[in-house]
Amino acid sequence: MQAKQSINDFVIKFANVNGTGSASANSMFAKAIFRMGIPVSPRNIFPSNIQGMPTWYEVRVSQDGYLGRRGGTDIMVCVNPQSIKRDVAEVESGGYFIYDSTKPLDLRLVREDVNYIGIPFTDICLREYTDARQRLLFKNVIYVGALSALMNIDFNVLKDLVADQFKGKEKLITPNIYALELGHQYASTHFDCPIGIHLERGHRVAKHIEDFDNILMDGNTAAALGAVYAGATVAAWYPITPSTSVVDAFDKYCRRLRIDPGTGKKNYAIIQAEDELSALGMVIGANWNGARAFTATSGPGVSLMSEFLGLAYFAEVPTVLIDVQRAGPSTGMPTRTQQSDVLMAAYASHGDTKHVLLFPATPAECFSMTVEAFDLAERLQTPIIIMSDLDLGMNEWMSPPLEFDDNFRYDRGKVLSAEDLDRMEERFGRYKDVDGDGIPYRTYPGAHPEKGAYFTRGSSRDEYAAYTEDGAEYVRNMDRLLKKFETAKSLVPEPKIKQSEMETRHGAVFFGTTASPAYEAIEILEKEGIDLDTMRIRSFPFNMDVEKFIREHDRIFVIEQNRDGQMRRLMLNETSAEAKEKLIPILEYDGLPVTARKIAGMIRNYITHGNVTPLTRRAAVEEETA
Amino acid sequence: MTYVKPSFRHPEAPINDLGRTRQDYEGGLSTLCAGCGHDSISAAIIDACFELNIEPHKVAKLSGIGCSSKTPAYFLSGSHSFNSVHGRMPSVATGANLANRDLIYIGISGDGDTASIGLGQFAHVVRRNLNMTYIVENNGCYGLTKGQDSATMDTGSPNKKGDINMYSPIDLARLAIEIGATFVGRSFSGDKQQLIPLIKAAISHRGFALLDVVSPCVTFNNHSESTKSYEYVRGANSGMPVDFVPMRQEITATYDSGATCEVCMHDGSVVRLYKQDNDYDIEDRQSALEATSHYAREGKILTGLLYIQRDSEELHDVLGTARRPLNSMTEQQLCPGSRFLDSINAGLR
Repeated sequence: MQAKQSINDFVIKFANVNGTGSASANSMFAKAIFRMGIPVSPRNIFPSNIQGMPTWYEVRVSQDGYLGRRGGTDIMVCVNPQSIKRDVAEVESGGYFIYDSTKPLDLRLVREDVNYIGIPFTDICLREYTDARQRLLFKNVIYVGALSALMNIDFNVLKDLVADQFKGKEKLITPNIYALELGHQYASTHFDCPIGIHLERGHRVAKHIEDFDNILMDGNTAAALGAVYAGATVAAWYPITPSTSVVDAFDKYCRRLRIDPGTGKKNYAIIQAEDELSALGMVIGANWNGARAFTATSGPGVSLMSEFLGLAYFAEVPTVLIDVQRAGPSTGMPTRTQQSDVLMAAYASHGDTKHVLLFPATPAECFSMTVEAFDLAERLQTPIIIMSDLDLGMNEWMSPPLEFDDNFRYDRGKVLSAEDLDRMEERFGRYKDVDGDGIPYRTYPGAHPEKGAYFTRGSSRDEYAAYTEDGAEYVRNMDRLLKKFETAKSLVPEPKIKQSEMETRHGAVFFGTTASPAYEAIEILEKEGIDLDTMRIRSFPFNMDVEKFIREHDRIFVIEQNRDGQMRRLMLNETSAEAKEKLIPILEYDGLPVTARKIAGMIRNYITHGNVTPLTRRAAVEEETA
Repeated sequence: MTYVKPSFRHPEAPINDLGRTRQDYEGGLSTLCAGCGHDSISAAIIDACFELNIEPHKVAKLSGIGCSSKTPAYFLSGSHSFNSVHGRMPSVATGANLANRDLIYIGISGDGDTASIGLGQFAHVVRRNLNMTYIVENNGCYGLTKGQDSATMDTGSPNKKGDINMYSPIDLARLAIEIGATFVGRSFSGDKQQLIPLIKAAISHRGFALLDVVSPCVTFNNHSESTKSYEYVRGANSGMPVDFVPMRQEITATYDSGATCEVCMHDGSVVRLYKQDNDYDIEDRQSALEATSHYAREGKILTGLLYIQRDSEELHDVLGTARRPLNSMTEQQLCPGSRFLDSINAGLR
């Protein structure tokens, strides 16, 4: 049997039991590859459980710098007997199956087209350690050590990582390095190392996001840092996977950066609310009162927050909400990823409401868009919803480094100070469109002893914030809110458009974490003669670039991770282009991040079997000359 | 009722220490039914703020939804106000207070807003000891949707259709004492003598102050068998008179010390309570719970200051937030700058 041969281009998957400490060992494995200068993208595929259930860690290594999931598994590291049957079945022909050989392998699990590498992890642990907890934890470190020999991971890199990980707990460094050595030694004395699939120090370039000096970080931490940099002082939240680590990280950085050195007091407040309704209520109250406040949640939380989102929209209170999407509806799959809150978020709440959405695709964008969201929220006096997802939020991604311009100043929007109010000759009208952009002026409570007080309410009011049920006043207000939404189009991040090298009338649209596998799929298709222009949507409302892209293409594949083609529907709803026939949904919604192979397959299938004439390079040229 | 508010005021109308008249504390014209208890409470708030020399712009008024929650429009028009969503005023008040701890927060709610849809938020704002005055205008029914039963309606009390309520009532004052409120008072909208000093004491209290004020609904729940009617409450009210002596003011009157208790507030003001029962210790939760249930068993409503914990840690103390309001922090104080980000990036390589 031919063993697969590959340098720096493969998928390795770890089958673990959750709650056994495998996560940090797996993360060390991925980071070692990253530090060797080889593009890597690790993903946790985990259950909604604390201990004892199967959990997987999938690491894609891609010399070309593809960061999305590729699909398929070349090496399976199996340390969980519970899932061994399906884990064996998943290995691609010619791949490797690394298992704990303390007990002999069930012969029914032996495939002729797979290479088996048995290492007695349990035996080694029993021999080396007496404590049950140590036996459990060090088993993970031992298999990383074995892999370092089998796959040619620089052992010094691993040693450095151990030292980094246990900074402050130095006495743990030596035993961890010893465990790495145990694995390394066993593998190097029992097998021909390295195996056919292995690593070599390389040049790290992640395509499609530009050639950059990478960092490896998760989107939730990046978003939390964004909130710190944006000057958020109040965070109110309710625990929910996969968003919890946003506020955890905000808390961590605030403890470090926001404690007054003189008094020891906090320049921030974090409240774990009783539910998501209350969390958003607190955020709205704080923003109303002139602090920058935010919350982070997932789909079920957004459902609960819908009432308050409508209030913030109508009463025009700045609000920042980070939605780390997971699979719904209802409880759905809490630990699986999806992009299925798009429509709900865009129109959350009763009545005519629309919200500004931002769609980050990298941790660097989670950071920059969160910083931007606070400015937009105050500029537009409306909720801004950052649409992240589990894949981006909880997994570590190679990303451009986080950047912040020290000359950047917060835009606190149209707020009248006491001096402004004193200078004003006309009567202050909270809901008056003074500048013609639909955005009125506001005042903070307590700003001025005589002027500027107004009544905030979710019920209809006139330009001076006085209650009214007058139809004309209501319509005037609703139309101004629409005008404000038009203004938003010029303020939100524009889409990223890439022209195919060949002229084409075909396009692909995607957003967020679908971008990486989509760009890869486009390259796969390009090699087959199918050319597509691409547009990565980064915000809603859509600006003219989106309209133009739709108009200029005959067939547009809208690739997204939900069942109903929600972005496609939003585009049909919110652009003037005649696009119903043009926009073709390319959907994946099994809860795992979509792979490049699947996207390429669906588009290929549509073009070859659907009602689209395959476009070859020649055809494109002919079309052009016709 | 009149539809135009007269602007005329007596030229010799009294002024307070800020040089303001009572008129400066008024709001828009009430649109509630004539005789509504809520209007008496609004008037009591106006009196209390006027007499306490509060600057109106230093007050933030918050409310939920319902007849009671409309009332912030009818007092303190010089204050910012936030009429939020049904049952959710506590969370908005919490966020507002976190942003600026220097304002006075007055929350107005009703029995539907607090005891039904908002019971969760109510319980948690009590637990957090948010520094605010929370007034429940309690009429035992839903006024704005025309008279449905509320959760504070007494068992056995009939509604406007004559249906007898068989559900157990929620006593908000008792509930608040039970879950850790640090100031709990009960009063009656028709007893201005008691209500005004109670409101003053509640505003002066540092921490969460609940005032559960029975406030009859003249339209839907003021019939002879209702236990929330003017007639019934006047008869059943077992009021403990309350005096509020602001700080720095000399205490002149003397009373029989046996039935009187004086509580010195955080700011130096004094609340004086005239009890009918010498054994009742208003600084003891158990004693307060026993006294209220004892009166309830007798068919009486005990009103006055029911419970107070003088020194407690309000939310900002618990969180350890800066003395300076968070909404006044500058960009320089809050933004760590690019150099720190460089170190973050370095740690992620």
